[in-house]
Amino acid sequence: MSDTVSTAAVKRDRFFDPLEFLARYGTLIALGLLLVFNLIFTRNFATLQTLNVNLTQVCTIVIVAIGMTMVIGTGGIDLSVGSIMAISGALAPLIFLGTILPVSNIGLSVAVAMVAAVAVATMLGLFNGWLVASMRIQPIIATLVLFIAGRGIAQVLTNGNLQVFRVSEFQWIGLGRPFGIPVQVIIMLVMILIAAWVLRRTVFGRQILATGGNEKAAELAGIPVGRVKFAVYAISGFCAGIAGLIVVAINSASDANLVGLGMELDAIAAVAVGGTLLVGGKATIVGTVVGALTIQLVRYTLLANGVPEAAALVVQAAIIVAAVWLQQQGRMR
Amino acid sequence: MSHKVNPARLIGTYGVALALILLIAFGWWRYENFLGMFNVMSVLRYNSMFALVALGMCFVIMTGGIDLSVGSTAALGSVAAAFGSYYGVVPGLAAGIGAGLIIGVINGILVTRLAIMPFIATLATMLAASGLALLLAGNQSVSVSYETGFTNLGQGNLWIFPIPALIAAIAYVVGSIVLNFTSLGRTVLAIGGNEDATHMMGLRTERVKFLTYLASGGLAGLAGVILAAQFGAGQPIEGVGWELFAIAAVVVGGTLLTGGIGSVGTTLAGVLLLGILFNMLNFENGMGWISLSAYWQSVIRGGFLLVVVIIQAKLMTRNAKPV
Amino acid sequence: MAQTPLLSMTGIEKRFAGIPALSGASLEILPGEVHALIGQNGAGKSTMIKVLTGYHRRDAGTVSFAGQPFEVGSPHEAQSSGISTIYQEINLVPLRSVTENICLGREQRRFGLLDWGAMHAEAERLLATFGIGIDVRRPLMDFNTATQQMVAIARAIGFSARLVIMDEPTSSLDEGEVAVLFKVIRQLKADGVSVIFVSHKLDELYEVCDRVTIMRDGKTVRVAEMDKIAKLELVSAMLGRDVSRADGHATAFDDAQRPKGETVLRARNLKAGHAVRDVSFQVARGEIVGFAGLLGAGRTETARLVFGVDRTTGGSMELNGRPYDPQRPKDAILAGLGFVTEDRKLEGIVPELSVAENMTLSLLPQISRNGVVSEGRQRELVEGFIEQLGIKCSGPNQKIRELSGGNQQKVLLARWLATNPRLLILDEPTRGIDVGAKGEIQRLVRKLADEGLAVLMISSELEEVVEGADRVFVLREGRTVAELEGEAISEDRVLDAMAHGLSTRTEQAS
Repeated sequence: MSDTVSTAAVKRDRFFDPLEFLARYGTLIALGLLLVFNLIFTRNFATLQTLNVNLTQVCTIVIVAIGMTMVIGTGGIDLSVGSIMAISGALAPLIFLGTILPVSNIGLSVAVAMVAAVAVATMLGLFNGWLVASMRIQPIIATLVLFIAGRGIAQVLTNGNLQVFRVSEFQWIGLGRPFGIPVQVIIMLVMILIAAWVLRRTVFGRQILATGGNEKAAELAGIPVGRVKFAVYAISGFCAGIAGLIVVAINSASDANLVGLGMELDAIAAVAVGGTLLVGGKATIVGTVVGALTIQLVRYTLLANGVPEAAALVVQAAIIVAAVWLQQQGRMR
Repeated sequence: MSHKVNPARLIGTYGVALALILLIAFGWWRYENFLGMFNVMSVLRYNSMFALVALGMCFVIMTGGIDLSVGSTAALGSVAAAFGSYYGVVPGLAAGIGAGLIIGVINGILVTRLAIMPFIATLATMLAASGLALLLAGNQSVSVSYETGFTNLGQGNLWIFPIPALIAAIAYVVGSIVLNFTSLGRTVLAIGGNEDATHMMGLRTERVKFLTYLASGGLAGLAGVILAAQFGAGQPIEGVGWELFAIAAVVVGGTLLTGGIGSVGTTLAGVLLLGILFNMLNFENGMGWISLSAYWQSVIRGGFLLVVVIIQAKLMTRNAKPV
Repeated sequence: MAQTPLLSMTGIEKRFAGIPALSGASLEILPGEVHALIGQNGAGKSTMIKVLTGYHRRDAGTVSFAGQPFEVGSPHEAQSSGISTIYQEINLVPLRSVTENICLGREQRRFGLLDWGAMHAEAERLLATFGIGIDVRRPLMDFNTATQQMVAIARAIGFSARLVIMDEPTSSLDEGEVAVLFKVIRQLKADGVSVIFVSHKLDELYEVCDRVTIMRDGKTVRVAEMDKIAKLELVSAMLGRDVSRADGHATAFDDAQRPKGETVLRARNLKAGHAVRDVSFQVARGEIVGFAGLLGAGRTETARLVFGVDRTTGGSMELNGRPYDPQRPKDAILAGLGFVTEDRKLEGIVPELSVAENMTLSLLPQISRNGVVSEGRQRELVEGFIEQLGIKCSGPNQKIRELSGGNQQKVLLARWLATNPRLLILDEPTRGIDVGAKGEIQRLVRKLADEGLAVLMISSELEEVVEGADRVFVLREGRTVAELEGEAISEDRVLDAMAHGLSTRTEQAS
């Protein structure tokens, strides 16, 4: 068997393999083609406005997808991110609007609200990690528990009511624009940089990829596989918590029924299209960002050129299948 | 060893039935009219759609797969059925089921031929089916015909029984027979238990897997038909979260998510259990003692799921260690 | 041959990606005989069986079965032609009932539906022929391995097979269970069914088999009547060693004698499950200790106990004179152990990671500061090892899965050397590696030992153990049966111990 690997490697050096090439760069090429297409055909595409619209729309997906990338890197999955967003998005207004306990200083209460919401989200992630790492429950089912219960918790917290607010100290994270750049885009960029750095440079990043790539080997090499799993689910919860805050800040309202709805699927799609292996072991934050941008730009392109939203869904589906299939083909050679 | 009864396994298999009976007994004791004809029939009527979707999901999960597309497929089925309803009951049924079967075929091809992970394959068709439903319906609900008798499929009664509940009942009987008394059904379970071994035993694993996705699609389409008939319109945006409700019902019903163990009957019990919880919340609030919002239902459902999966996990680790 | 053979395979060729797995292999089975098929790992036994059962398609050669040319494309077809296979890792569905496992694929029907009554009765009847009376409605996993094995056999003969292939059926059975299995085999034979029996337990072969076919390197090297071949001859043929041959040099190891250092690890009477029954050994600084033994002798299992992968159920270990009882690999690593596993793919490499990342996997805490991997120290270390071990790769960032087996192995060696271990366990360090790389690895291991490392080396290649080790422990069916040291280490003695076991535990050079 070992020698087949080497012959395959030799063969790859010698011949150009179009499938392999597409598997590696397909998404990037698609993104490039989309940009070119839009520059030519879509009116007012090359404007700051368009850039901001697209970035704002994509940024919560990217933030959630960062956590998802790490989870998937270990060979897991996190379905609960949308529900965790709803909880975080419901909890923060409850605190800074004084529903839970009145705080006079709005600055302080906003700070408490944000920290508490994100902390709770992280704890929920830890709960997922406990189910997966300690109880050894399959990730899909383990996170399904919070997927179902989580939104209910958010709805119970708010009694299903829409919480409308106008608190600029809080909404700054959704609406603020220092130097003309939306704050959430800045948050997104910072998180991308940190996550990419973690995955590439830190011990923890290595441990994630080793766990997903070959759990047995990782364990034999002394990697604390259980702790790594705990951590990635906690990170995924943390990311979802932040995304939840941003969504409600943009909307000036928190609707527990809607915040983060379907987010798990958007995030997984972005990760898959971005080239992270769904079986674990290979994860790329940059790829995920490219994946999310590609999906976003496809939608934008179709919508901006008069194609109905619904058709965009079908195209999105085709892209996911094509991307995953290509990656599989690329790996088989 | 061979004579001992494993209590954990008994709970895994019959626990849901027991829980269902206890819950019903509790409701009967606590609420007036809980077991009244009207309440029972409306619970059955409303939950029949979920029951159908869960049945298909049950078969897919028993092979070790998963079908996330059932919710959107039901929505697509409801839209197709609404258009079909103007030509009569049968065309309405055929349109809805046909739409579901198409999605089922696509899922089957993606999973067996292209070897794409079921989770991703059906995630994609979920988006696609939802998009198709919206396109077909023009982004709004599509009214069904009230002249052709199509609405009876959702609203009618046969003697005292709601027709949709009867449809679901028939589907469950057929499903149960297929699972328990045909080699197809046994192969479904064997695949989930150990796909390689099943293949080595000389059974046609790919074809059987394909059939489960086909069945799941068809049943979701049928659920869509009932949806349209019950609410008088094809609903392109309905069905969100149905897939996960169905998965929860299947798992609560004691079917292993990894496949290999499963039962059609307890899946129905799982659906009813999750459905009755909702019904009881209404009664509870009706009594005026406390006001629990309807939102508690998903929290309680999640709690149920948690308990079940932890029991299953304990069961599996125990079995992994040979005694 | 007076009788017409039931099965005759001749000139079988099979290549995988250009690498020959079988070249000119043959196998002949007479009606109603129990035929042993033996050979080392990689000798081609399983490939041969898989060619026969249609799992693999042969590249050349002829197969005839019951006098007819035999062409099958799938295990299913082989089954319906009368060839049933019982695989070593029991290929059944544990979650399903005994009846289903026996009857799936040839169900009995009534009015188009499954007739459970008849199927249960059939399953009970088949099992009863082996003297087994169990509740066939219960899931297979409720029963012990022996019973599961019997169920597999019941399934096989339920298909009214004329040839039953048993691939190491006894590896998980205890003595009583083996006795029942042998009764079954004799009964099959009495019914005129032929059996191909693959096993590494020599006593068993002699007890139940009529003839033996020995394979080595994809070829059939010897066919003999069981009662006309001595154990020693059998083992030598299998390992490719001529018992009377003058000792030449086949490895990169030398013969020099070395002074012994202080004992690093001492294990006494280790026990765990069926595989490890009573193993004692010690390894000293600067010495290479070899574990010799046939497959299934418990060598790998012992190594896993030492490294804390599995837990012992008896016995004790001492590391540098202090009690040592690792609960997990991390404990072993912290205590200064390294473990290059037998299966590179399954337990060694992380295929998607680079050479550098694979190499530093066990060393992450040491080459990082505050959780950040120090690129400089990593590069220094990795480049050092690449050069020192002569690892051929395009650079530290090449993915390890693109490397050849030998180079992957060197990376894994480096993974542990980098941790500066006191004791390095090598499980089949040169398996599946080309000759050149093999010599390099052997030389390297010697050099490391000379520098003071204690090495515990498991190898199925006799010359590697005999020439490479300073001390050899021979394991046989989970027990240490011989300890050889220095001059006393010779192929004859090792073979002898592997074949017969020795009454004396220790045999030292004077």
